[in-house]
Amino acid sequence: MTEMVCRCEDITKEDILKAIDQGYTTLDEIKHVLRCGMGPCQGRTCIPLITRVVARETGKSAAEVSRPTTRPPLQPLSLSLFAGDEE
Amino acid sequence: MREKAEAVIIGGGVTGCGTAYSLAKKGLTDVVVLERGGLCTGASGRCGGGIRQQFTTEANIALAMESVRLFEQLSEELDTDIEYEQGGYLIIAYEDDVDQFRKNVRLQNSLGLHSRFITPAEAQEIVPLLNTDPIAGATFCQTDGHANPFRVVHGYARKAQEMGVEINKFTNVTDIVAVDGHIQAVRTDKGTVKTDTVVNAAGAHSRDIAAMVGVDLPNKPYRHEILVTEPLEHVLDPMVISFKTGIYFSQQKHGSIIGGIGDPEEPSSYNLSGSLRFLKRMARTMVELVPAFGHLNVLRQWAGLYDVTPDAQPILGWTEGVDRFCQANGYSGHGFMVAPKVTELVAELIVDGKPSMPIDDLTLSRFEGEITGEAYVVG
Repeated sequence: MTEMVCRCEDITKEDILKAIDQGYTTLDEIKHVLRCGMGPCQGRTCIPLITRVVARETGKSAAEVSRPTTRPPLQPLSLSLFAGDEE
Repeated sequence: MREKAEAVIIGGGVTGCGTAYSLAKKGLTDVVVLERGGLCTGASGRCGGGIRQQFTTEANIALAMESVRLFEQLSEELDTDIEYEQGGYLIIAYEDDVDQFRKNVRLQNSLGLHSRFITPAEAQEIVPLLNTDPIAGATFCQTDGHANPFRVVHGYARKAQEMGVEINKFTNVTDIVAVDGHIQAVRTDKGTVKTDTVVNAAGAHSRDIAAMVGVDLPNKPYRHEILVTEPLEHVLDPMVISFKTGIYFSQQKHGSIIGGIGDPEEPSSYNLSGSLRFLKRMARTMVELVPAFGHLNVLRQWAGLYDVTPDAQPILGWTEGVDRFCQANGYSGHGFMVAPKVTELVAELIVDGKPSMPIDDLTLSRFEGEITGEAYVVG
């Protein structure tokens, strides 16, 4: 059965295992090659799941797996919101 | 890590990995790449992915045109879809840009590039959502475009490794050992590699690398910010840019709009944080050009470092005073787009002793004389 881990970008657990097998063992690297965490959920759904997979496969605890860089804004906001403001 | 190598490349971005690939293709596989983070995590992984040939100096135009020829075959060569799209670059001309832009097009045409000056109405045919009220025209070159830098860099790296190159990620260079102007070894936090040849492809950190052997590069780092929106249906073919406002944006194959805007008040620094000032300037300028984009949500913003030289052209080739120390840096915001040709030339210099295109105008020693620079820097 296919286990979906990143719903924004359609990434499965199998995709994650393949990336780890290719030597991408940090969350930032996996994000770069698979795009997971780059969708509208901004990683809230997928990153905890992927962290667990990476931890298990690399023999680390979840706390030892490096977090991907958090990028602003904290939630998606429209361009017109920023365009309307005076400096 | 290997104890010795015929060449060591410092930097795992598009220049470092591209050089590793080009060297291996020429038969030199006894090569070690050293990267302090993951691959493609410096400027290569932070850039807008644009591939432009519309420049204002002969050197930059030639490097970019040759690179486009190589980009056109790169997906096939690397066995990976680099998401290359030749939707063109539309360079917005405001009233006081027009005379200069016409001159630029003449120079580009004389070198064989099919760029042209177009009217606002023609620009709107290419970008139907464009608000042409504030613009006086544009220049357009259909064979310009964009690609996915991650795909390119990881593609180069994988092919280089398959041919025998060793790539060491998360390995920080701490020193270069040289005796009487001859390199002996490169020291890292994971061990030492003996070599007599080093390629300095460390982007905005190239100055620190050069200083390890007493070479003073004139490069300065500048933060450039960028954002990405949620994906939407395909509405934008070309990269749209303006030198007056410093804005650039394009739609990726994936559907999102990626773009940035230069800030004339940005000081030289290694700052990589995102600012609200950027979001406001970017949103205002982009929404003026394409009002419909006001509805789009911004998903993320980040920043990367331009490695800027006094004439906004790269520094390539051997270094006076240190034998077999090759510079491949100082791209001033244009590293990704010229990487295919630049890395081929660097490999030719190292293996054959002579590149197939003259790079004398781009060596470090040019800064001893008078400087004529690239006027077309954006973002």
